[in-house]
Amino acid sequence: MQISSMTALELGRKIRQREISAVEAAEASLARIREAEASLNCFVTVDEEGALARAAEVQKAVSSGTLTAPLAGVPVGIKDNMCTEGLLTTCSSKILYNFKPTYTAEAVLNLEKAGAVIVGKTNMDEFAMGSTTETSAFGVTRNPWNTEHVPGGSSGGSCAAVASGEVPYALGSDTGGSIRQPSSFCGVTGLKPTYGTVSRYGLIAYGSSLDQIGPIARDVSDCAAVLETIASWDRKDSTSVKREDCDFTAALVDDVKGLKIGIPSDYLAAGLDEEVKAAILKAADVLKTKGAQVEEFDLSLVEYAIPAYYVIASAEASSNLSRFDGVKYGYRAKEYEGLHSMYKKSRSEGFGEEVKRRIMLGSFVLSSGYYDAYYLKALRTKALIKQAFDRAFEKYDVILGPAAPTTAPKLGESLADPIKMYLGDIYTISVNLAGLPGMTVPCGLDAKGLPIGVQLIGDCFQEKKIIRAAYAYEQGRGPWELPAPACVAGTADAAGGNGGCADGGVRTAAGSGCADDGARTAAGKGGI
Amino acid sequence: MAKQYETVIGLEVHVELATKTKIFCGCSTAFGGAPNTHTCPVCTGMPGSLPVLNKKVVELAMAVGLATNCKIHQFCKFDRKNYFYPDNPQNYQISQLYLPICYEGGIEIETPAGKKIVGIHEIHMEEDAGKLIHDEWEDCSLVDYNRSGVPLIEIVSEPDMRSAEEVIAYLDKLRLIIQYLGASDCKLQEGSMRADVNLSVREAGAKEYGTRTEMKNLNSFKAIARAVEGERARQIELLEEGKKVIQETRRWDDNKESSYPMRSKEDAQDYRYFPDPDLVPVIISDEWLEEIRARQPELRTEKLLRYKKEFDIPDYDAGILTGSKRMADIFEETTALCGRPKKVSNWLMGETLRLLKEEGMEPEELSFSPENLAKLIRLTEDGTINQTVAKEVFEKIFREDIDPQAYVEEHGLKTVSDEDELRRVVEDVIAANPQSVSDYRGGKKKALGFLVGQTMKAMKGKADPGVVSRILTKLL
Ligand SMILES: [Zn+2]
Repeated sequence: MQISSMTALELGRKIRQREISAVEAAEASLARIREAEASLNCFVTVDEEGALARAAEVQKAVSSGTLTAPLAGVPVGIKDNMCTEGLLTTCSSKILYNFKPTYTAEAVLNLEKAGAVIVGKTNMDEFAMGSTTETSAFGVTRNPWNTEHVPGGSSGGSCAAVASGEVPYALGSDTGGSIRQPSSFCGVTGLKPTYGTVSRYGLIAYGSSLDQIGPIARDVSDCAAVLETIASWDRKDSTSVKREDCDFTAALVDDVKGLKIGIPSDYLAAGLDEEVKAAILKAADVLKTKGAQVEEFDLSLVEYAIPAYYVIASAEASSNLSRFDGVKYGYRAKEYEGLHSMYKKSRSEGFGEEVKRRIMLGSFVLSSGYYDAYYLKALRTKALIKQAFDRAFEKYDVILGPAAPTTAPKLGESLADPIKMYLGDIYTISVNLAGLPGMTVPCGLDAKGLPIGVQLIGDCFQEKKIIRAAYAYEQGRGPWELPAPACVAGTADAAGGNGGCADGGVRTAAGSGCADDGARTAAGKGGI
Repeated sequence: MAKQYETVIGLEVHVELATKTKIFCGCSTAFGGAPNTHTCPVCTGMPGSLPVLNKKVVELAMAVGLATNCKIHQFCKFDRKNYFYPDNPQNYQISQLYLPICYEGGIEIETPAGKKIVGIHEIHMEEDAGKLIHDEWEDCSLVDYNRSGVPLIEIVSEPDMRSAEEVIAYLDKLRLIIQYLGASDCKLQEGSMRADVNLSVREAGAKEYGTRTEMKNLNSFKAIARAVEGERARQIELLEEGKKVIQETRRWDDNKESSYPMRSKEDAQDYRYFPDPDLVPVIISDEWLEEIRARQPELRTEKLLRYKKEFDIPDYDAGILTGSKRMADIFEETTALCGRPKKVSNWLMGETLRLLKEEGMEPEELSFSPENLAKLIRLTEDGTINQTVAKEVFEKIFREDIDPQAYVEEHGLKTVSDEDELRRVVEDVIAANPQSVSDYRGGKKKALGFLVGQTMKAMKGKADPGVVSRILTKLL
């Protein structure tokens, strides 16, 4: 079996058993990247030298027996909105085209402690704003299944890199479906954890109350193993949750007898592609055959999720992105007169269209006179959506539905009609608004040969339930073939108030949400 | 008859809290580091960094709130105030708008016009900004983020003050309360306490407030008093001329004793406040609140009463001693060491105040140790040194905090109590001043004083004037 066809856990096992060295694994990943990048463009930055040096270092630790973690020596791609010390971190934006962070994101540090070898930073929609990875300032990423199609977004680079065998797994971030939707489009497995499970420290914020980092991999087992590695309670992130149940691989059990699964009939209504619908219902049948109780129900409020999401996420983004001003780092306009002109020109030239659209939208909904009508109303809607899910989870263990209304659209189709693109987020964003965990597992192909993913949603902190359901489904579904490496190369020329689950008092162990004076450690190195 | 005007004043007072670390990161708040050395990704607004609230900031804010009779929002939140300026690395300041930690309080002030309560609308927590430094040589601006993220509280009064005297009385009281709490050193010159004055005038008896202006850059109580008078006069003049007062922020120039409108930065700016999604709400339990309440130190009013009762210190003196936290601390610590409250009070009320005035210093700047003052008092009590020498030694203590015992030994300043030695000196003085001697004998009693003085001079002050006088009388 080729290294590029192995799952992360398979490769990790072979590295631990000394069948493959970490350096060989890194070389195989880099070779695959060299082969496929011309047609796919999954990476903004590939760190060949760093990866090989790191792999040699990890191999030493593996050989000496000091590193025994399941992912030790396995190459990984990191979405380019997570800070990596000394390694370019651009958010796929011109405004951060030269930005090298002085510190590494907590989730990435957790991976590094477990022996991960970072091969590069994956492409994304600029600042994670988009559903196609076409808004990147560094070129579009193409779908490995058909390079005329988008990979989805915003974690399109991570998903396409996994689907094409460039890396066995990658990290993505999910603010409104940015892990689950591209996973569906690329035929890979992606998991967005409960808000607060993975530290956001070092994740360059889009919508702070919605953002979560999560794994993207070839199968459910890899996702569980990666989440187990990156989840941590982090004092540097006030919204981080102390959880005792992060042994997610313990949920890899092929048993769903008695598991209650609800399918929101609202999700199967008009707007859902018939082929996608059929594939989703077929996936539900697989679980039913294995003993799960499956029924449809009315979730309600589904149509309000999109406006609420775009108001909240854009509002937070308008403020989060104000620090990119050309003063301290990143892009600064060449010519300007005075401070105001420098701000205006640097930001006008540095940000892309979609980002500017959302900054303007967000600034508008927060401006005086509109705050109550838009922002507060959106927060109330968010609370109601959470309540609707609470009611649903009184009856069901898992909610099952599509991750997107269609399979991957063609390049160029979506950006022409942003509203239509926003509507494509309908099945994913309410999960972010309610702070819930959600997962996409490949469940079929449409007539064009493009993958379809089934989404499994759990109640807050119930990742184990969805992992169990996903694993059981995967076993029932049978092997899932990703596009063969040769096939990809051959087509080269063809080519977001706080997140829902718990209030502040419950989230922080101290109850007060603060740290002791002088007791905190300085986070990372000195600034500028 | 000329119209009578009433001045209406409210204050926004920013106070830097005395925490070891910044409000949202672990960086030091110490003054004087090289630029950008007390910084980290959080306080320089690096992408991906997140704030974590310093618990001590909440406790100090609560303490000030309780001491100023405020109610406490036991569920309070932080909001982002969005505006672009390079001293603010994120281009938003984390502050509190919707649910400030303290609200609806007030303190009593006393002026010649009488006693009154000045209401406190709210106290909120926020972060300080960095400093912009213009490099003339390179013609560029540089930013130092060492102060970025230093914790502040902003105390917003009601528009309850009517004169400069009331403003000063309010600030003085506020400063003392905060100093007593140990929440801040409240130095206006150094910027650890900053006051912005909101002022309007209206015809006496009018129900509606006039249009107000906000005055910034006030670095001393005197500047504040002058700015209040100046702005009052400016607004009345405008009204008298039939013109309108424009709502604006003005900058006070204390050298020119006038103000000018600042850049229109504040004008109609929309800060787009919204709750900071990176911070969770601050939940203050009843237990935590009670803990802070129980920890509140004795404040000035209580201390003043206790000094009168416990140490029998007169009203006026007790007022001075408790008028500065530092002074009160020295008084209490020295008294505890030497057990002579009256003597301690005398040294503080007399020589200390004299030297402070001479040096143009504030009582808060006193740096001598209670141990050395206590030793000095013991040296005078047991007659080792006389009052003249003691004053000289005290100056040394005041300036250099020397050990009086060692100093007296080293400089041979002990009072000479050996009568034989003294008699020899007195005999010399008598021999050298026949005129004075005959004057004294002729009934001019004043001449004795001259002779005592001459003897003291000869003894370089190291004698007890009483003993000298006795010996002189006997010999004459
Ligand atoms: Zn810092």
